[in-house]
Amino acid sequence: MSGKAWVFGDNLDTDMLAPGIYMKFGIEEIAKHCLEALEPRFAGEVKPGDIVVGGKNFGMGSSREQAAGALMHLGVAAVIAPSYAGLFYRNAFNLGLPLLVCADAGSIRPDDVLVVDAERGHITNQTQHTQLACEAIPPHLMAMVRDGGLLGHLEKRLKREKDAPA
Amino acid sequence: MQQTLAQKLVARAAGQSTVKPGDIVTCRVDLAMMHDSGGPRRVKPMLEKLGAKVWDPDKVVLITDHYLPANDDDSRRIIRIARDWAGEAGIKNFHDGEGICHVVLPEKGHLRPGMFAVGGDSHSPTGGAFGTYMFGIGATEMLGVLVTGEIWLRVPHTILIEWTGRLAKGLSAKDMMLFLCGRFGMDGGQYQAVEYAGSAIAALSMQERMTLSNMTAEFGGQAGLIAPDEVTRSWLEAVGVRDIDCDTWQGDAGAALLASHSFDASSLPPQVAAPHSPAKSDAVGAFADVAINMAYIGACTGAKLDDLRMAAAVLRGHRAAKGVRLLVAPASAKDQNIAAAEGTLGVLLDAGAELLPNACNACAGYGNYLLDESAVTISTTARNFKGRMGSTAAQIYLGSPYTVAASAITGRISDPRELLA
Repeated sequence: MSGKAWVFGDNLDTDMLAPGIYMKFGIEEIAKHCLEALEPRFAGEVKPGDIVVGGKNFGMGSSREQAAGALMHLGVAAVIAPSYAGLFYRNAFNLGLPLLVCADAGSIRPDDVLVVDAERGHITNQTQHTQLACEAIPPHLMAMVRDGGLLGHLEKRLKREKDAPA
Repeated sequence: MQQTLAQKLVARAAGQSTVKPGDIVTCRVDLAMMHDSGGPRRVKPMLEKLGAKVWDPDKVVLITDHYLPANDDDSRRIIRIARDWAGEAGIKNFHDGEGICHVVLPEKGHLRPGMFAVGGDSHSPTGGAFGTYMFGIGATEMLGVLVTGEIWLRVPHTILIEWTGRLAKGLSAKDMMLFLCGRFGMDGGQYQAVEYAGSAIAALSMQERMTLSNMTAEFGGQAGLIAPDEVTRSWLEAVGVRDIDCDTWQGDAGAALLASHSFDASSLPPQVAAPHSPAKSDAVGAFADVAINMAYIGACTGAKLDDLRMAAAVLRGHRAAKGVRLLVAPASAKDQNIAAAEGTLGVLLDAGAELLPNACNACAGYGNYLLDESAVTISTTARNFKGRMGSTAAQIYLGSPYTVAASAITGRISDPRELLA
C-alpha cells in the first residue's frame, strides 16, 4: 500500500477520532468529525490509501471501536506510531486496520509519500528516500487482517466447524 | 514458579497451571458485560450476519447507562434495541436504568475473586477491585466472545504500585490515581496488569478501591487488581455473593514484576488535572487562581455512595458560590437511595445541587447537560480530553469529590483540607 502521511502527536485520544457527541449515529456521520478538533481538513481531504502517523500511546481512551472504524471508513490504509493504547490496538485489528509499531515514526513529515509493507513490517518514505523498520505484526493478528477483521475470521471459523464431519 | 495475582487469574482462565508473561493464550470468559452503546445495537447485526447465538446467555450481563434518559429518536432506538435483544437472546441479567454499568455490576453480585471477565467499555478494569481479571474490549471483540466464549490475551506483566502510610483527611483514591497519571503519564501502565497494595490500599473502602481500578484505564493498564481481603469479603457478602475465596487469589511473594513503585500516602496533597489530560496533574495549590463556573459530581469514577459522602462532608452547611452550577449525577439508583435515606443527598441539594439521572451523562458526552464553550468545570470524572463533555472550547479540570465540593463553595479551584479543618 502507498499513500500520503497525515501526521499527529502523542496521546491522540479516541474522543478526537470518534467524538462522544456523535456516537449515537452510524459510522458515516462519526467519520465526518474524525480528528476535527485537531485538523478540521482531515475528514474532508483524506484520500483512500492515505496513512495516519501518530506519536506514542496512539488511540488512548475509550473502548469505542468507531475510533478505528472512522479511519477505515475514510479509507485510511494503516496507522504508523511508536506505540498504541492496548484497547485501540485490539480494536483496529479486529476491524482489519493494520497498525505498525515504528520507533522512527517521528521522522515522517506531513504529506510524505509512504509505501507500507505491513506483512514484512517495512516502510519506504519515498519523499525523504529513507527506509523505516517496524515490529513484525503477530501472525494471529495478520491472519485476522487478511480475513477482513474478526467478523470475517469468525465467519470462516463457523463455516469450517459446520463443514467438518461430526 | 512464583506467580503474580494477574498470572494466577489468567492461568485459571486459560486452563493452565502457570503462565508466562508475553505468551499468547486463549482464555475462557466467565462473564461478559455490555452496555447500550457498544452492546446490542452493535453486536446484534453481526450475530445475525453470522447466524450465531450467544454461547451462554447466563454469563452475559447487559446494563443500560449511556443513552438514558433517552431524549431523542436516536437514543430511544438504541435503548429499544437493548431491551428487545435482552429478551430475544435470553439475557436474564439485564439491569435497565439502574445506574452506570461498572457500579451496578458488582452491586448486583456479579463479580467475585478468581473470575475472568470482559466488558464493552474502557473502564472495565473497575472489576479488578474485587480480584476479578477484567478489561475493556470493543464491540467486534465482544462479538467474538459472545460467539465463542473465548478471547486471546498476551499474558500481562505486573506493575506493583504500593501505597504506604494512610491517606490524610480530605484525600481519596482519586488523588492517588491523578498523581500516578501525572507521574507516569497515560501509558504508565503499558497495557500490563497493575496491582495496588500496601497499608493505604488496605485501609480503603470497597468503592474507593473501585476508583483505583477504574482509573487504571487512564493510567494505561489493561487490568487494575487489588488482592481480595476481609473488606472485599464483607462487601460481597452484603450484596449476596457466596463462595468467596480470598486465600487462593493472592500473588506469590517473590513473583517477578515488570516494575515496582512505592509512595507514601500520608504526604500526598490533593491532586488536580488541568485540561485536557489526566496526566496534567499537580498539587491543588498550583491551580489556586483558576475560577470555575461549574462543579460536576458524576460518573462511575466519581459519584458512587462514598464519593457523594465525601462531597457532602465538605458541602454540609455551605452553598455553591454564586455563578457556579453544581451538578450531581449519582452513579446508581441504589447509591442514590442510600444517600437520600441517610441525609447525604439532602446536604448536596441544600448546597444548591441539580440532580441528574443515574447514568453516564456528560462524562461521556451524553445527555442534556453538555458543557458549552464558556464552561470552566472541575469534575470528579475520569477523563478531561478536549471536547469529551461537550464543546471543544470547554475547560475541564479533574479532582476528587472533596476538591470539587470545596471548589463549588469558593468558586475557584480550592484545597478541601482548609474547609474540612
